[in-house]
Amino acid sequence: MENVFEIHDLSSWFGENQVLKKIRMDIARYSVTSVMGPSGCGKSTFIRCLNRMHDMTPGFRLSGQILLDGVDIHSEQIDPVYLRRRVGMVFQQPNPFPRMSVFENVAVGLKLNGKAHSRADIAERVERSLVMAALWNEVKDHLDQPGISLSGGQQQRLCIARALAVEPEVLLMDEPCSALDPASTAKIEELIEDLSEKYTIAVVTHNMQQAARISDQVAFFLMGELIEMDKSGKIFTNPSDKRTEQYITGRFG
Amino acid sequence: MTGTITFRRKAVDRAMKWVFYLCAFLVVLPLFLIFFDLVIKGAKELRWSLLIDLPRPVGEPGGGIANGILGTVVITLLTMTWSVPVAIMSGIYLAEYGRGKFASAVRFAVDTLTGVPSIIMGIFAYVLLVVPMKRFSAWAGAAALSMIFIPVVVRTTEDMLRTVPTTVREAALALGITRWKATLRITVRTAWPGILTGILLAMSRIIGETAPLLFTALGNQFWQSHLDQPMAAVPLQVFTYAISPYEDWHDKAWAGALVLITMVLLINIAARVLTREKR
Ligand SMILES: Nc1ncnc2c1ncn2[C@@H]1O[C@H](COP(=O)(O)OP(=O)(O)O)[C@@H](O)[C@H]1O
Ligand SMILES: [Mg+2]
Repeated sequence: MENVFEIHDLSSWFGENQVLKKIRMDIARYSVTSVMGPSGCGKSTFIRCLNRMHDMTPGFRLSGQILLDGVDIHSEQIDPVYLRRRVGMVFQQPNPFPRMSVFENVAVGLKLNGKAHSRADIAERVERSLVMAALWNEVKDHLDQPGISLSGGQQQRLCIARALAVEPEVLLMDEPCSALDPASTAKIEELIEDLSEKYTIAVVTHNMQQAARISDQVAFFLMGELIEMDKSGKIFTNPSDKRTEQYITGRFG
Repeated sequence: MTGTITFRRKAVDRAMKWVFYLCAFLVVLPLFLIFFDLVIKGAKELRWSLLIDLPRPVGEPGGGIANGILGTVVITLLTMTWSVPVAIMSGIYLAEYGRGKFASAVRFAVDTLTGVPSIIMGIFAYVLLVVPMKRFSAWAGAAALSMIFIPVVVRTTEDMLRTVPTTVREAALALGITRWKATLRITVRTAWPGILTGILLAMSRIIGETAPLLFTALGNQFWQSHLDQPMAAVPLQVFTYAISPYEDWHDKAWAGALVLITMVLLINIAARVLTREKR
């Protein structure tokens, strides 16, 4: 299968503090990759490298290469703004834009990304995105309501719809369910499975059952290192590294 | 022993509570006294003609401050046409980009400007504009008022932008929106009620300023629509009437002051309403 991302020896630092150490990883198109590991091991730092969200962080630097369809995302050819349109992101806390309606939240990326879209085109894309995010039926009669008036789980699906509206190829999700109740979590998991038919997804999660259910491959991080990466079936039943096993068993007795 | 201590502590506690209450009461007292006093003294001259007529010479009954009201509106709008964009952009610079030495210098200068007595702004505009142009003018008045208006709005804009969570900025950038558009169309929009309140409060402040207008707009007894000519303003008329030796002018000064404080009050109420609505 063709790789969307190929990551070669990615190391990164916040000032003097090295957070990622020589990470190598391939991410196949239309696959779901779960990133796991204890708090502070660099999971967020890692996936935020993939859409260059650290560009604005003072003191951040990295070495190594991140290839997207074979092109280094830090090369001259790639404009970070354009990169982020191809590689969308959903955050840990649902963060709809305050003071924007449900509709505007989804439409804003289309309106501000420089390409001209007609009103009808925007309305159609908003609907399509909300349908894909499994939110359309719940909000279709309240599109003018503020986005932040939705429930937490709905807000997170709104954020997913907002990311989908600009038609990315890859969707990065940083613990998208950690602020949600079990029912909303289940909805989002289901959604991730559906979306993986059309998108390449990388999701950070603490929840092993979730990782086992939704992902094709699981990457286990520890203190900035990628300890092991394998098919989810293998990594949870028969991990090759002792530390992975300790982490897995440590969690569930 | 412990009983008395507990008793004393409770008594002190209660006494202090009353001190806090009393101070808070003393703070709001002047507003009520001023307004009450103005209503009583200004009521005598408060009639339609005050709002729609030109001033009349001493001794002639009637007459109003219509040209002053128009002048205040014109000078205030003139000030705001350039001050609002400049102040908001500078506030954006400080909140979103300003990290280095230059930003600290700007912040310090802006804070200092906020504390400069307003008469100095008047003198400065006089030297810079009135002297070379060889005439008093609405332009010069607006320039002096800008120096009061801008620093206030720069700082409120900065403060309000800082209340916008980082997650909002990140969400915008993650959509592939350029930074300047994300800032103007999303971050500023998020902070807008607060910024607008700051603009309205600064506006009500400059509406009442007298000193900066004394040597700039100067004042005028007639209708004046040319911006390069001396222009009337309510505070200037109040000032002229108040320092005159004539009894009927004193009454007009009170009425003018009542008009002025009503304008300020209305703007402040508007600021309240606008911020409450959008939450
Ligand atoms: N913006 C930042 N500035 C400085 N250090 C940071 C920043 N973000 C993360 N770190 C550090 O990087 C390390 C990894 O953090 P993170 O990637 O958030 O971990 P995880 O998501 O796995 O919990 C932590 O030690 C954290 O202190
Ligand atoms: Mg994290």
